[in-house]
Amino acid sequence: MLLRTLTNGIIKENPIFRLVLGMCPTLAVTTAAINGLGMGFATMLVLIGSNIVISLLKKFIPDKVRIPAYVVVIASFTTIVGMFLKAFAPELDKSLGLFIPLIVVNCLILARAEAFASQNSVLHSILDGLGMGLGFTLALTILGIIRELIGAGSIFGINVMGSAYEPAIIMILPPGAFLTLGLLLGLINKLTVKSSS
Amino acid sequence: MVATSVSKIFIILLSSILVNNFVMSRFLGICPFLGVSKKVETAVGMGAAVTFVMALASVITYAIQYAILEPLGIGYLQTIAFILVIATLVQFVEMVIQKSSPSLYQSLGVYLPLITTNCAVLGVAILNIQEQYTLLETLINGIGAALGFTLAIVLFAGIRERLETAPIPKSLKGFPIALITAGLMSIAFLGFQGLIK
Repeated sequence: MLLRTLTNGIIKENPIFRLVLGMCPTLAVTTAAINGLGMGFATMLVLIGSNIVISLLKKFIPDKVRIPAYVVVIASFTTIVGMFLKAFAPELDKSLGLFIPLIVVNCLILARAEAFASQNSVLHSILDGLGMGLGFTLALTILGIIRELIGAGSIFGINVMGSAYEPAIIMILPPGAFLTLGLLLGLINKLTVKSSS
Repeated sequence: MVATSVSKIFIILLSSILVNNFVMSRFLGICPFLGVSKKVETAVGMGAAVTFVMALASVITYAIQYAILEPLGIGYLQTIAFILVIATLVQFVEMVIQKSSPSLYQSLGVYLPLITTNCAVLGVAILNIQEQYTLLETLINGIGAALGFTLAIVLFAGIRERLETAPIPKSLKGFPIALITAGLMSIAFLGFQGLIK
């Protein structure tokens, strides 16, 4: 049961590929694999933190003001993670830029608070946050790897395509984000439809 | 406050509507862009509501930043303060519209609360501060960004209405084809890139 809570978010209900939540950072920061990984981790930390606190407070938060209450909790953790990044990973902080404070409005986090943490025990909420966070990180890293490979000929900054490869710049420009995710979702649909039939 | 020249205002407006279109090149407000774009009518309604909230939010967050946060030296509370202001504002706007114009409320009703989680609103507020805009420039940038959002979502809705009847491979139906369409639109918006240095 515990294990299922954890793996649920990684594959079966992957936030990006299955639930299609949290699109803005997904599309914006995946210009390189490392950015995807960093954004994924930052979001995961906020998600786990807010899941813990909201799960602990679930009996005290009145139903009517629950959304503002959740938002304040999420905003606090976003601020903490943002300060951490500024102090320990200034390079990453610079490349993620505006999207660090915008973790607050990532629908994924609010959705998990509302749908999971407000109804389950702390332990389950931690695992759910970890699972969803890992699923999110995984999806962002995959997108980042694909876009960086085609758009810059490298993976995590290491050149793999050789010097003869002419990078397709379009992939690291905005259209590349839409196209890559669209085709990837289509591919996943195709594969899952086949395997279930 | 230094008077802003007309040409600078024009450049900010043009930049936020076309060149740095919030949806197409900054990836802000993707959730409503994908979620509320099945019909042109609802897209126009969403655009109008967002324009209203964004213009107001720009001005109010500007006041909060320079009248409260900076004098007290608590700039690190920016994220929390802004998101609370936006959430309250959305609630307030909802109540005002409900009282003053029930017919408008009827047509916008469902989309109003959704605006809180529209990252374009928080995004424009933070960008205004980062770019160190004056009050007038802040207002212009807010309106421009919102108009850009409206332009993108209405155009997108128009295309999606046509897509309903188009023959699309089964695995690409729904989100994948929507994302690919957005990608193609984004390529078109890249064409504005050279408009402003």
